[in-house]
Amino acid sequence: MQMIGLVIASLGVLTVLVAWASSPAKINLFGASTGMALTFSLLAMVIGTAIYSARAYLTVPEGIKNNGVWTGSLTGRGAFGWVTGIVLTGFYVIIYWFPEYLGHQALDGQNVGLVALFDPLAQLFKGQNASQWFVYGTLYTVIIIALGIKFMMKYRHNRYQLVRTSVVIVSQLFLAYLIPEILAGLNYNDAVNAAGEYQGWYDTDLKMMWPLDYDYFYGWHMDAMQAEAYQPVGMAYLVWGIIMFLVVTPVITYFVGKRWYCSFVCGCGGLAETAGDPFRQLSSKTMTSWKIERWMIHLVMVFVLIMTVATTYGYFTGSGTFLGLEIYGTFQKPYGFFIGAAFSGVVGVGFYPLMGSRVWCRFGCPLAGYMGLIQRFKSKFRITTNGGQCISCGNCSTYCEQGIDVRHYAQRGQNIVRASCVGCGICAAVCPRGVLKLENGPDIERVAENPILVDNVGTVQDVNLIDSV
Amino acid sequence: MKHVVIIGNGIAGITAARHIRKRTDHRITVISGETDHFFSRTALMYIYMGHMTFENTQPYEPYFWKKNRIDLVRDWVTSVDPSNKKLALSQAGSMDYDILILATGSTPNKFGWPGQDLRGAQGLYSYQDLESMEANTKDTKNAVIVGGGLIGIEMAEMLLSRGIGVTFLVRENGYWSNVLPKEESEMIVRHIYEHHVDLRMKTELDTILDDGTGGIKGILTKEGEEIPCEFVGLTAGVSPNIGFLEGSGIETQRGIMVDRCLQTNFPDVYALGDCAQFHEPLPNRRPLEQVWYTGRMMGETVAKTIGGKRTEYDPGIWFNSAKFFDIEYQTYGWVWAKPKDNEATFYWEHPGGKTSFRAVYDKESRELLGINVFGFRLRHEVCQRWYIEKRKVDYVVEHLKDANFDPEFYAQHERAICDQFNKENGTNVQPKQKSWQRILNLVKA
Repeated sequence: MQMIGLVIASLGVLTVLVAWASSPAKINLFGASTGMALTFSLLAMVIGTAIYSARAYLTVPEGIKNNGVWTGSLTGRGAFGWVTGIVLTGFYVIIYWFPEYLGHQALDGQNVGLVALFDPLAQLFKGQNASQWFVYGTLYTVIIIALGIKFMMKYRHNRYQLVRTSVVIVSQLFLAYLIPEILAGLNYNDAVNAAGEYQGWYDTDLKMMWPLDYDYFYGWHMDAMQAEAYQPVGMAYLVWGIIMFLVVTPVITYFVGKRWYCSFVCGCGGLAETAGDPFRQLSSKTMTSWKIERWMIHLVMVFVLIMTVATTYGYFTGSGTFLGLEIYGTFQKPYGFFIGAAFSGVVGVGFYPLMGSRVWCRFGCPLAGYMGLIQRFKSKFRITTNGGQCISCGNCSTYCEQGIDVRHYAQRGQNIVRASCVGCGICAAVCPRGVLKLENGPDIERVAENPILVDNVGTVQDVNLIDSV
Repeated sequence: MKHVVIIGNGIAGITAARHIRKRTDHRITVISGETDHFFSRTALMYIYMGHMTFENTQPYEPYFWKKNRIDLVRDWVTSVDPSNKKLALSQAGSMDYDILILATGSTPNKFGWPGQDLRGAQGLYSYQDLESMEANTKDTKNAVIVGGGLIGIEMAEMLLSRGIGVTFLVRENGYWSNVLPKEESEMIVRHIYEHHVDLRMKTELDTILDDGTGGIKGILTKEGEEIPCEFVGLTAGVSPNIGFLEGSGIETQRGIMVDRCLQTNFPDVYALGDCAQFHEPLPNRRPLEQVWYTGRMMGETVAKTIGGKRTEYDPGIWFNSAKFFDIEYQTYGWVWAKPKDNEATFYWEHPGGKTSFRAVYDKESRELLGINVFGFRLRHEVCQRWYIEKRKVDYVVEHLKDANFDPEFYAQHERAICDQFNKENGTNVQPKQKSWQRILNLVKA
């Protein structure tokens, strides 16, 4: 039955590949209409994965399922892992810079191949043919659903993981996919006005905000949000985007840490936790990595800030230069290429099987950096360590996708308060002695050492045992 | 500045080294024949199962030792001459010391079973044991484990992860029944069966059978049953690793004899961890403490003494934890397998049969004496404080939410526990909301 599940999922993937391979000719899939082929493909991927996972996980007692992670070829950076990494990275390069190879408008402005397979769905939503980004968004959502279901079966004994993953799936399906597609279909985005003039495109993912949405303040983006034809929706998004960054984010992060976004809501995080789950142990835990991480993520924050200052200056003054430097060429284009595309996309996902699922989140995301500073210095969130129960086994550090040496804190009885912690909760799940608990508590003495260990004087431990028995 | 030499790089020896470095400027050398670097012995099973690599089990990166000026020597100590403060090493010749700390751990017991030295019969304690288990189970279809304790059940989990069939021989009439009360022991027995382990209680090993090439073809039980297998796990306890001290003059019995300050019969020689035996055990505790936590605490204690403040080992209330396949266990205070005359016990078990809470308390005063939990996590600090403050069991049940350490969104058991407690005791205890003020001991409530 497990094999049947695998076969069904594989057929779903194969359909996509066959469509791709038939480029530049038109698709011909055993006489099935393109719509039927697409429906089959997407459903097969979800249902096949669900069947496979059910047989793998629901037939054994619930608990941690990490047997063979380091010896497996895919999960232990073996040959299969390398191949997958290279193929994924290659796919990202193609989708960003060579979409014609996927069939996007490759034949007289019409789609062929892989992109053409998705035309029926794009037509259904908004009466347009698909673009490579529609394909990307659809596959991204389908993968989060399929592998999210698998993840929930794997961790079915852990309510925190179940709740978290449900929110991830709903967040991606509705906020990142359905609502934007429907809004476009209703002509509130990516549409022409009554006179037939194209009004522009703006990001209608409610959870997207600056600085992760680095083009938020770009001229074309600001103009689109204010376009007459898109009101009142466009303006609502403009205001919402600013409130999200200035108010909602710091307030929620104060109460629960940055995990509300990074592990429950964010699309990057959503893929990392579902498709990326098999790879979390590949993150580097060395002190050197931590040093590099802090430099890099804060440099990206500085970069995006300067780039945005230049952009906003240009938008309000109409100038094409800032401090004598060309705004587009010096600031926007390099940021978009190096950070937005190469780092966030290509390396971010392509490197899953090589460096783990959170390379972007840990080393680059400026929103993570912003929330991380709040989490580290002014938040109620921490991972409490349980007194003296740590046996230094190392499971927590091994499975921390952000490369935090969790064990270092646990074995000293010290709370973990780290800017990079995304609150995925896996460290607490894999701990075999119940030493870790993600929780929100009083602001005071969050970082202080736990007094349970013998070495700390003046506290509970200084009790004369003989008298107390 | 003195030269402190520590034999053994396990948790006891390394904790001593780290804390001596924190407190003094002495020269510190750690000698180990087992590995180059300190690793967590408790994690050996996870290496075999593929959950972690060997590197993952090392708590400190290699730069840590140089940075803290702790010299590491990979060698075996063959003899100790405490009168002349000299050690003999198998490769490096000899070494002088000013202060010697013996933290040599244990070795698995072998009780003279015929065939116990065959290829494929072994315990699991050291890194070398892991390597030989890896080599010896390459083609194993079936294994027999002898000894129903913590290492035995971990070995069973390891072998099952490779699809190897496991027969588990337990001498007693229940699993770990010298330590666990009846209900908890039965819970684990059910769970062992759930994992399709062939558990045989009241069954003892008689002989391990040679397959003709020096390997194993099966075992014979004392009841005369032959069980085919290619690997035999000997997990019937461990004994202090002190053979190399014979003739040294350092007093030993089962372990190295120490006083409450962990000092041996020689003034500058200490012993810690698995290999140490107390002349006068602490109340309610054993002469040998072969547990990760106590090794760590002894390391911290001896470092205080060597730092200039003579300190007695005072580990606080007993605590321990373990994991039996998928069921976690924690204990705080003293829960005996059979309650003592002055003890009453309250036991709650979740209908699913994998989660339980037990509080042992004094019949007269109703003061808390010990807690056992399975399948749900409690806060160490809070449980220890309840014990020390001599809280009544009613208070404990009422304030159980303070101690809940399960992840968020988990089902909470306090209501069910209170209801059953009230039914059995005729009380009306209601579970109080979790209070951070109480947890952090900011208010007396």
